[in-house]
Amino acid sequence: MTECLQLAGGKVYDPANNIDGDIKDIYIEQGRIVETPSATPRKINVSGMAVMPGGVDIHCHIAGPKVNLARKLQPEDHRLDPHPGTEQTRSGVGGSVPSTFATGYRYATLGYTTAMEAAVSPIGARHAIEEFHDTPVIDKGFYVLLGNNIFLQQLLREGRKEEFRHAVAWWINATKAYTTKLVNPGGDEPWKGKKNSRVGNIDEKSDVIEVSPRQVIDAFIGAVNELGLPHPPHIHCNNLGHSGNFDTTLETMKTAGDRRVHLAHIQFHSYGGEPGKNPKSASRQIAEYVNSHPNITCDVGQVMFGKSTIMTADSALAYTLRGFKKAKWVNADTECESGCGILPFSYQEHIYVHALQWAIGLELFLLSEDPWRIVLSTDHPNGGSFMNYPKLIRLLMDREFRKEEIKRVNQKAVKRTLLNELDREYTLNEIAIITRAGPARALGLKNKGHMGPGADADITIYDEMEDKEAMFNAPRYVVKSGNLIIENHEFRRDYTGKFLHTEPGYDASIVDQVKPFFENYYSIEFDNYAVDDSYLHDHEVIASSP
Amino acid sequence: MSGENVKIVENATCTFCGCVCDDMVLTVDLDQKRITKAKNACILGRAWYAEHYIEEDAPAAMIDGKPASIDEAVEEAAKTLVDAKFPITYGLSDTTCEAQKQAVAIADIIKGSIDTTTSVCHGPSGIAFQGVGESTMTLGEVKNRADLVIYWGGNPAESHPRHFGRYAVTAKGMFTPRGKKDRTVVVVDVRKTPSVPAANQFIQVKPGKDFELLWALRALVKNRKISPNIEEITGVSLETIQALVDKMKNCRYGALFFGMGLTMTRGRHFNSGALIALATDLNEYTHFVAKPVRGHGNVTGADNVMSWQTGYPFGVNFSRGFPRFNPGEFTTVDLLAKKDVDAALIIASDPASNFPQAAIDHLAGIPVVSLDTKATMTSKLAHVAFRTATYGINTAGTVYRMDDVPITLRKAFDSPFPTDEEILTAIKKRVRALKFPKNQAGDKVPPGRASQKEHWKH
Repeated sequence: MTECLQLAGGKVYDPANNIDGDIKDIYIEQGRIVETPSATPRKINVSGMAVMPGGVDIHCHIAGPKVNLARKLQPEDHRLDPHPGTEQTRSGVGGSVPSTFATGYRYATLGYTTAMEAAVSPIGARHAIEEFHDTPVIDKGFYVLLGNNIFLQQLLREGRKEEFRHAVAWWINATKAYTTKLVNPGGDEPWKGKKNSRVGNIDEKSDVIEVSPRQVIDAFIGAVNELGLPHPPHIHCNNLGHSGNFDTTLETMKTAGDRRVHLAHIQFHSYGGEPGKNPKSASRQIAEYVNSHPNITCDVGQVMFGKSTIMTADSALAYTLRGFKKAKWVNADTECESGCGILPFSYQEHIYVHALQWAIGLELFLLSEDPWRIVLSTDHPNGGSFMNYPKLIRLLMDREFRKEEIKRVNQKAVKRTLLNELDREYTLNEIAIITRAGPARALGLKNKGHMGPGADADITIYDEMEDKEAMFNAPRYVVKSGNLIIENHEFRRDYTGKFLHTEPGYDASIVDQVKPFFENYYSIEFDNYAVDDSYLHDHEVIASSP
Repeated sequence: MSGENVKIVENATCTFCGCVCDDMVLTVDLDQKRITKAKNACILGRAWYAEHYIEEDAPAAMIDGKPASIDEAVEEAAKTLVDAKFPITYGLSDTTCEAQKQAVAIADIIKGSIDTTTSVCHGPSGIAFQGVGESTMTLGEVKNRADLVIYWGGNPAESHPRHFGRYAVTAKGMFTPRGKKDRTVVVVDVRKTPSVPAANQFIQVKPGKDFELLWALRALVKNRKISPNIEEITGVSLETIQALVDKMKNCRYGALFFGMGLTMTRGRHFNSGALIALATDLNEYTHFVAKPVRGHGNVTGADNVMSWQTGYPFGVNFSRGFPRFNPGEFTTVDLLAKKDVDAALIIASDPASNFPQAAIDHLAGIPVVSLDTKATMTSKLAHVAFRTATYGINTAGTVYRMDDVPITLRKAFDSPFPTDEEILTAIKKRVRALKFPKNQAGDKVPPGRASQKEHWKH
């Protein structure tokens, strides 16, 4: 039930079209933004309000096997945060890992209309898509985990680059993914096969597969760029969370040369210091490299104090963290492909490392020179829930508030950062870039993140308020694909949202190579592995441009 | 006769047990509407297929034992559920995820309870999982990597016959090219089951002493002292326990499978919790995983659908307008035996034949809506009974194997009966219409009453 709407008299923030707070009417027809509508639109007076494209989350964990394990694991996380249903909407539960329905509705209540699940194992793709059906309002897609895929690594060992590219494309098609995700590339084999050990540096070759992480990274960046996927490989570097890991991060970026690459939750990869000892901030080195290399995009993975859930395909990391607090922990190995680790976590202001992580994230935001290439994220729920985004926006926009917050955290940590010297305040236009226009551009979503004619009518309208946390916490209107979902802060209807995926081309004969490996080492039949089209409901294929 | 109109279905999936083997080659006689051959099936699977036939003459729906149209029955079922003060939905583990999703939606709308057969099988493992977590894996990892496999309190040779060959004992994989020769297999049980001959070692524990034995193993793994009377307590000598500890610590990739011998005996979730904790502890020395061997074909799917829609795997109540979880309070046997519920929607399960008598007695006294592929004790006492198509044979859809791997079903041939999903979707629509008469447009609906905003933000 899309409507013909006129959003009249609002202050429009549309950085992709160089509109910065101009008073302008926006017209919507048949789910898209139009110059002039063909019918008489329903007029909504939004004067005095800020009009922005719907938010785009480039990196979160909201659907699939590991997310559901984390849900099952934590009844205590849900019980204090119920999410009642209405006549229009389903009920659910919140906490750091909300149920699917609550996830979709809560993103909408922040004005977010697109979110990308950042790590799904190929064999779990069907599961993730099933959950997406039950994740309302938002458009969504996922990145498929291929960085520890044994078959692909065997091709690399044998130097079969061409076949590697075809196989990568086959896997993306078979799982209906958006792009490839590398997590701790090359790190699974030591974890699963060598008694829980880990990769130290990215030139260390696995003695089983005889391929180094750098070779894997290089091959994926090459293949995905040749395939012309709308979003480059999305990389979770090796050594996440370890002191001194910024070297690994720099080496990973250098491996890309001038080719497109996205670095995920870069805050967790910007630590100086000696391995095994307390970390220091290396945000200046990382920010400088990113600033001077326009081929690189990244999201921050800001840490926010309070409850979080660690959930990562970096199983070895989850096990390391479990060592700090011998509480419940999940490890789940996925045959031939991947695995994951999960544990409940909380970031506390008085703890040196947590305060340092929080400060490093803010440093990266404030030191970055090009807002188009740094995206707001908390690596939900790893650094904290996406429900923290409004507070994070206030920390970036409001220097005085930030100063007050800095006083509340471990001062030894703050002194080891530049945070007290950074006076920058983000403008509303810059916030519109790091939460919408930038991530949409980095994802290659041409119809999102802006409000020019032809764009998807995903629009959020906020009351302009001094307190930016309050402002971004409760949009007055949210329009999704032309449907007025939230009106005067109330849900007016339910909406399914679209599933976004890509279909890069490949030589079909690659199947003859994959199949024998599959028959030997997987535990399901090859013909039952690919996700068939019956799982697609409302969906959109985002074009590749090889 | 037969032979003329035959169809072969390759890579079909057997949903009889939690192994969910997806390599069936089914020969279907379309005239007879029978599966005449199921290549690769085990003895249980062969029986599952061979005994499947369609009772063409049976009514698709009955109200109070009399044939009714499906529309009438849907209407009566919806009324029954909406009129109830405290309805419960139960079963779900032998149907598709697509049907399970509709069932949860109904429970949400009518603000009732919903529970699955998990509460009477591996529910304690679910509770243990919530307390301890779990180091676990997909079954292919065991096939490829495991050099030590331990079965505890389960008898897969009879309950999951292909578990040995396909996944865990004789299966040949990447780092276990010689199959059984590359691994050590241990069975721990209270009696010598038919699974024991497949093992290198059998450890007989005294009935009801699994927890004590597991705790002793945990202590020795951490080099702590244990009671000198351990043999008297558990029936297993200190030397045997120590030798097993050494095996576990020194293997390359160890896997512990456990069954209802742990979860449904004294100790319940303490038993499964101890076992999971043992696997977790062993990760300080090597790579170790654990996995409950689940029973029904899609009980794992039911756990998954419940968890993503409500946050909890079973025993969920919606009476306050949002999901709450409390096993013991909202689990079906307890709700029936305490006479708390006044109507029941039973899907693909037969509690009237296998629940405790007190629970059955109450079930017989309240209006029941049942969905099953055949007549059961439950359908016989039901107020409204639907006969539905068999999942995996007469319907497509999704199921989850015991290790959370989702698999798509292939339909072998058509059934004259509707699917669970179709009936539940129809009931959901009517329930919604009766419950919200001003708001009948289904999922995409026009403006209605205000949302309860204060709950949305935290």
